[in-house]
Amino acid sequence: MAGQSDPHISIFSAPEVEFLAEDEVVEIVPNIRMESLNMICGDFGPFFPQIPSKVPLWLAAALKKRGKCTIRTPEWMTVERLTQVLEAERESPREFQPLPFHYVEISRLLFDHARDDIPDIYMVRSLIEDIRDVRFHKVETGLETISGRTHAVKLKNLSAMEVNIVRPFMVRALQAFYKHDSPQMIQQADTMGSKRSQGADRGPRRDLRPR
Amino acid sequence: MASSSSWEEGDAAAAAAAATDVELLKRAWRNEKAAPEILRFEAALVARAREQIQLLEETVEEFMENGVDDLVVSLYQMDLDRTLFLLRSYLRIRLQKIEKYMIHISKSNLWNRLSEQEQRFAKRCTEIMEKHLEQSVLSKLPYGYQSMLKQSISSEEDDMVPEPQLDTFVFCKTKGAVGAFQLDDIGDEIVDLVADDLYVLRYKSIKGLVESGQIDLV
Repeated sequence: MAGQSDPHISIFSAPEVEFLAEDEVVEIVPNIRMESLNMICGDFGPFFPQIPSKVPLWLAAALKKRGKCTIRTPEWMTVERLTQVLEAERESPREFQPLPFHYVEISRLLFDHARDDIPDIYMVRSLIEDIRDVRFHKVETGLETISGRTHAVKLKNLSAMEVNIVRPFMVRALQAFYKHDSPQMIQQADTMGSKRSQGADRGPRRDLRPR
Repeated sequence: MASSSSWEEGDAAAAAAAATDVELLKRAWRNEKAAPEILRFEAALVARAREQIQLLEETVEEFMENGVDDLVVSLYQMDLDRTLFLLRSYLRIRLQKIEKYMIHISKSNLWNRLSEQEQRFAKRCTEIMEKHLEQSVLSKLPYGYQSMLKQSISSEEDDMVPEPQLDTFVFCKTKGAVGAFQLDDIGDEIVDLVADDLYVLRYKSIKGLVESGQIDLV
């Protein structure tokens, strides 16, 4: 059974993040009649031709694959809205615009499964790419401000995939600063070798004692 | 009805509404994956998920016998597979943590966070590890260095036992407003945790909030 991410870094693999995104709800327009589905993850339907219905993305993709529905592009994925977002994204160098937490994955899944349902797909795709680039650039410049005094970083509206990408670097950077800045570490450097760090709040691990 | 985490309506409101077990399991899985230490085993939730899985397995079988539309059957099968994946993944990430920190867990009150089966697993695992280390290395070392727990006999505490690093940083999302929150034991760092925001914080300082479900790790 594949799909489990590396256990040593508590981080989600890209497929795992996508898995989470597949539960996001989208609207479909079925072209078949189908009884309601009472599933573990919720109840959906009943479905009637041409009557819009809300289902999770994975279900929408499965129906779409079999030609049983069209998927309605979410409102935020229109050229108009995305242009606004991109502009706002460029104008505010410190803030991220509100987008769905899984916007990268949702758009990606829709491009893969429902390309014929998305109006102006090329434009939409390039807008989303631009938005991603602008946002990521902000994340990168934000990293430069991390210092030993950083105890918390606020990243309002950062999306799941973006979190996942910066996580390893960010966590290690913060931890390195934290470690070197901690009074214990400084104290330990002073009294190196004579006394170990006290208290339950352990500092860095002691090296093997030379003999 | 599944509570959608739509970005327009308040996430907090959606979370407050009755979340499905899948939603809860997903949260448990995420938290477990992102937290450095092992969290409390979601016994009731896992039992409910198991029950629903079994029920659906029976239903799918019935459907197949009664010649229900292939499409419907395959959709239910997908739902089933997704839930199974989630459950397995949750149990597995816990086993990985147990394998890594078994001695630490068994010697602290973390032990109570394990399910009965996990406790059995941890015990067996420790026994096997002990035996292996004993036979392959420890028995061949000079006196004073034969402990699996201590570097040498002069160590005051068990300094060879791996422990989860609690002061690592984690990404977390607030659901409701938590309010002003003291970050450090020293108390000079205060962060105002507002609703639906994303922070990178030290796990140790928000541990309590994760356990009480006020904050989710992502």
